[in-house]
Amino acid sequence: MLTYLIRRLILVLPVAFGVSVICFMLVQIAPGDPLTAIMPVDATAEEQAAMRAAYGLDKPLPVQYAIWIGNLAQGDMGKSIATGRPVAGEVFGAVQNSLLLAVSAAVIAFPIGIFLGFLAGYFRDSWIDRAVTALSITGVSVPNYWLGIVLVIIFSVNLGWLPSMGAGPGGSSAWEWDWLHMRHLILPAVTLAVVPIGIVSRTVRALAGDILTMDFVQALYAKGMSRADVLRHVARNAAATALSVMGLQLGYLLGGSILIETVFNWPGSGFLLSNAIFQRDLPLLQGTILVLALFFVAMNLIVDVAQAAIDPRIQRT
Amino acid sequence: MSKLGKGFAVLATAVVVACGTLAQAQGTLRVGMTAADIPLTTGQTDQGGEGMRFMGYTVYDSLIEWDLTSADKPSVLIPGLATEWSVGEDELTWTFKLRDGVTFHDGSPFTAEVAVWNLDKLLVDSSEQYDPRQSAQGKSRIPAVASYKAVDDLTLEITTKAPDATLPYQLAWILMSSKANWEANDKDWEKVALAPSGTGPWKLETFVPRERAELVPNADYWDAPRVPKLDKMVLIPLPEPNARAAALLSGQVDWIEAPAPDTIPAMTGNGFVISSNAYPHNWTWHLSRLEGSPWNDIRVRKAANLAIDREGMMPLLGGLMVPAKGFLPPSSQWFGTPTFDVTYDIEAAKALMTEAGFGPENHLKVKALISPSGSGQMLPLPMNEYIQQSLAEIWIDVEFMVVEWNQMINLWRAGAADAAVEGAQSINFTYFIQDPFTGLIRHLDENLIAPNGTNWGHYKDPEMQELFSQIKTTFDPEAQNAVLQKTHEKFVNEALFLFVTHDVAPRAMSPKVTGFVQAQNWYQNFSSISMAD
Repeated sequence: MLTYLIRRLILVLPVAFGVSVICFMLVQIAPGDPLTAIMPVDATAEEQAAMRAAYGLDKPLPVQYAIWIGNLAQGDMGKSIATGRPVAGEVFGAVQNSLLLAVSAAVIAFPIGIFLGFLAGYFRDSWIDRAVTALSITGVSVPNYWLGIVLVIIFSVNLGWLPSMGAGPGGSSAWEWDWLHMRHLILPAVTLAVVPIGIVSRTVRALAGDILTMDFVQALYAKGMSRADVLRHVARNAAATALSVMGLQLGYLLGGSILIETVFNWPGSGFLLSNAIFQRDLPLLQGTILVLALFFVAMNLIVDVAQAAIDPRIQRT
Repeated sequence: MSKLGKGFAVLATAVVVACGTLAQAQGTLRVGMTAADIPLTTGQTDQGGEGMRFMGYTVYDSLIEWDLTSADKPSVLIPGLATEWSVGEDELTWTFKLRDGVTFHDGSPFTAEVAVWNLDKLLVDSSEQYDPRQSAQGKSRIPAVASYKAVDDLTLEITTKAPDATLPYQLAWILMSSKANWEANDKDWEKVALAPSGTGPWKLETFVPRERAELVPNADYWDAPRVPKLDKMVLIPLPEPNARAAALLSGQVDWIEAPAPDTIPAMTGNGFVISSNAYPHNWTWHLSRLEGSPWNDIRVRKAANLAIDREGMMPLLGGLMVPAKGFLPPSSQWFGTPTFDVTYDIEAAKALMTEAGFGPENHLKVKALISPSGSGQMLPLPMNEYIQQSLAEIWIDVEFMVVEWNQMINLWRAGAADAAVEGAQSINFTYFIQDPFTGLIRHLDENLIAPNGTNWGHYKDPEMQELFSQIKTTFDPEAQNAVLQKTHEKFVNEALFLFVTHDVAPRAMSPKVTGFVQAQNWYQNFSSISMAD
């Protein structure tokens, strides 16, 4: 197991380097100019050139990359062009908020998805299966930003039960575990949970359905094992694949919540990214994408290791 | 007095004090801004007009300011931190008498030496207080300034590079920060950002980046009528229009900037109030005047202007627009009396096109740069499609080149001759037209042909250049207004743009918000507002 872990950790290094190169270069390809965000349109060409030099944007790209990666190695992600604030503070504050939202959505989505998937797999081709399938396909198909707007209209505007924006009273993003703050989390977390419910339930349904037809299940029943014990074995066999899907989903929840965070004005990484894109705030864009990409890499690593722990056959491959 | 009597007296005093407190306590106004972040707080703001509106003229003052007291007439310049100003016989040296007794929120006095320190902050990159971020916002606003000095505590002298009577308008951009506060914050602008100090009617009490800013009244403000009535004003960035509308409708904010037109019926239906007014904003097509451009023909320009039914466009925007009658809004003090009537007359438009050699068998093809969204662009896609349809009726076939807003700004700076515009002969760009430079000069001055400035279409005309020169050398405000009117008349009579509309700065607010007077200006006075129970 230790050898496997070391091998996987070593493999992370070239991936992280590749991710850093792609993050840096991708944002350079987009048309637009970061100075647009900070200078009036009447700024003369001379003034623009001076500002470009002040931010080091006049240097060749490889030099800019070398400076960026050098600073990054020392823990300095640079300063936002639009706000002048350190990127690290902005990104990590926002990622914390996104993690809170993503984990909350996962806490809602995964148990429901697993339960529904098992139910559909166990009662395959019955009306229960068809109902769960319809539900999960709806969950995957409905655009979640649209669902978010509908939920806001119902629960915030019409009923007035839950707030429509922000992570706390008065737009505050300083999270506390009290009802005043948690009520801000409900609508975005539920909205975000809808897609993974569909995906997890479809995955678990397929896995459970397949495993239940395998010979060893018949053998377990023949041995006189109770239905609950047999299902425990089925669950264990399905766990490795389901875990990998859920791990990836958690990554998507963190990185892919850009629309939900925009609809709910949630101060997370998606919201930050969206604003950075519109402002062409290159250091902030690079920093946010890098952190999210590295989170994906870390999630993959954790899932791989967890899979190996659950299923020893994986360590041998 | 008996014990009972004393008891009543104490109770009565307590009631009076409590009532007095209630009478003064005018509540908290929570504002949903369109900006994605709190504007720069150190003095010279970012985030365009909205930044100046909420973090500029609230916390800070400039030497000369805009009068924001009336909704009925265009704003004019009024004394701010300077009480009077004049130019010397050389037409270069300006003397400003500064207001006596003005102090910053930190208690330090505002003097001519502090004004010089502020100008250095923007213009002298070797000065200790030079701030690149504030300089990026302020330097280009005062191109006329050559040098300056403090004559005494209350006298400031500014010398211009050439005679320039628009200097007072330029100075209305420049906000004065406290030198003492900067020193107290270790001469670090990042620290100042969290605890800024101006001379304005509001003090910044709390500031959390990207989240909110809380402003409280400056009870010692030098202009007593502008001491805020509210207890607090909270600014919240809400860039997404639907999120902004939902926040207002669900009672999380009391006021939102720029509600989307399609949300307005829901708001008015729920008792919310829509405030709007004409203000110096322009939504036009700038036309290429490069050789070979079809817009060089005045008949084509006039025909296009006559082909657009601007009144018919109003339902598209929920009525929230002022149909253009020229480049400036009809209520502008510089509108003048142009002879070309910008109206809808399709027959006259067809006649002009026929005269220019076009017709049903010979269409004119043009390429137009537009954006799908953008600050101040209103609803650019449906509005431009409306124009496309209108122009098709007079045999002008418009091909759109749609580019994202940030890229659009770059193409606006690049100009019609740049390869990046791919031969487009017009650009739909919206902007601030509040002063002589932003309102007229910068668009057509031959010295500002792109990329040196924002004369996008490469327009050149000696007569226009002479008018611009007169604007800068006419120091009497009344006479200068007359020149500005004459200039605008030329803009209209020669149909130098495709005039379409002006925005009306809509804002939606709770019926509890009282006392707001929406000035015909990009900035607003929030001091008169209070919250009803």
